[in-house]
Amino acid sequence: MSEWKELADYFRGRSMWMLHYCTGCGAIELPPTMTSRWDMERFGITPMATPRQADILLITGYLSVKSLKRVVYTYEQMSAPKWVLGFGSCTINGGVYWDSYNVITKLDKYIPVDLYIAGCMPRPEAILDAFIKLRELVKKGEAKGYEKYVKNYEWYKANQDKVFRRTTPVLKKPEEVTKSA
Amino acid sequence: MMFFLKLIQGIGVGVLSISVGLLFMGIGRKITARIHRRYGPPAIQNFIDVFKLFSKNSISHGFAYDLGLVAGVSALLAAVVFLPIGQINLFPTNSSLIMILYLMTMAYLGMAMGVSSSGNPNATIGISRALTMMMGYEVPFAAVIFSVYIFARTGSLTNIVAAQSGGFLNWNMVRLPFGFLAAEIALQGMLGEKPFDMAIAPAEIASGPMVELGGKYLGFGMLQHAVGLFLETGIMVNLFMGGASNVWIFVVKQFELFFIALLVNAILPRFRVEEGVAFMWKIPLLLGVIQALIVVL
Repeated sequence: MSEWKELADYFRGRSMWMLHYCTGCGAIELPPTMTSRWDMERFGITPMATPRQADILLITGYLSVKSLKRVVYTYEQMSAPKWVLGFGSCTINGGVYWDSYNVITKLDKYIPVDLYIAGCMPRPEAILDAFIKLRELVKKGEAKGYEKYVKNYEWYKANQDKVFRRTTPVLKKPEEVTKSA
Repeated sequence: MMFFLKLIQGIGVGVLSISVGLLFMGIGRKITARIHRRYGPPAIQNFIDVFKLFSKNSISHGFAYDLGLVAGVSALLAAVVFLPIGQINLFPTNSSLIMILYLMTMAYLGMAMGVSSSGNPNATIGISRALTMMMGYEVPFAAVIFSVYIFARTGSLTNIVAAQSGGFLNWNMVRLPFGFLAAEIALQGMLGEKPFDMAIAPAEIASGPMVELGGKYLGFGMLQHAVGLFLETGIMVNLFMGGASNVWIFVVKQFELFFIALLVNAILPRFRVEEGVAFMWKIPLLLGVIQALIVVL
């Protein structure tokens, strides 16, 4: 059984399909990574259209509180061996948005991040380096963020709820606003 | 005893078609990458992808979803068994082209049932585009098939192959050039390559029918594409390129057809679905009708 798992991990490392969540400015580094100049398809990494098909969730840059909600939905829709890559310093400590009122600072508090790419911006070489590192981690069976999420779901859920509370509308009844206007 | 022998041979043909189809897809990715001046994935990348997909967890959307996807693969595998592949011909007296086309349609309808039961609107749009496009390419392809039937005076693929024996000049490709051209364009639509790939437009409707497929289901989708690729190019080889004396030559001939489709795919943009159907009903259908008139008169 363990040989089977090793074999499966080997193939998972060789074929990783990526869903890139591009709200931040990091999105601009991805087209050169995908196309002729750096060509990430030679490592078996292809961009995919929907979370169901993807293995990697690449978060490029800062996440506002509202877009974090969408990221959590997306992450939970992906099927089980799945990994999260945090791209840029915004996912690590907030980057230039460290004191913003509506941007989260540490992505790891809300979904389990397997690998961070530091920098503002990381160059395409850094992205490819991260993919190779992730492949090594997957082959060794060490990238287990998805199991951590299931095991510590209460903790992650509490953190998410705490920050989502900030997205509720300040005015309790919208009708009152229209009435007064 | 005979029954078990046929069963084992049938399974063998299925495995052959899956592996050749996946290899073609991998080589196709490599060639497309070289056209883009990239290095490209290894040629066996699609085997790795399928293995990985079957090792993943997956989410079902109900009984019709499971049934539709399994029906999609199994109907195509059932159709491949009736295809004469070089010296492999399991049912020499029974290889009617109409039946193969019927089973192929079953496969696409199974896929349509499966993915539209997932309830995702993108899947429904993709399926409606795929079936509309099917209506587009089946009409010229049917016109071509009729001219081949009338020309060879038989409906069985085995006999059509036998009628083309004896050298390059006897191939239907040379004897029925307009029909071959029309069938090539129809093949482009059948394979879902550009400019007729509106059903799976990743940037537009999030890969259409495949939008809700994940894990093992996407693996079935890939297998269906692999078998479909083998079957559609195989029909063309039997109809126009005189079949083959053995499996290897057959696969090489299939690859020639696939290679042309790839080159066209790499350089053309995408039609809208109504433009695609209008194109199919104008140029290939006209070529098919001209060919049929030449054969009849």
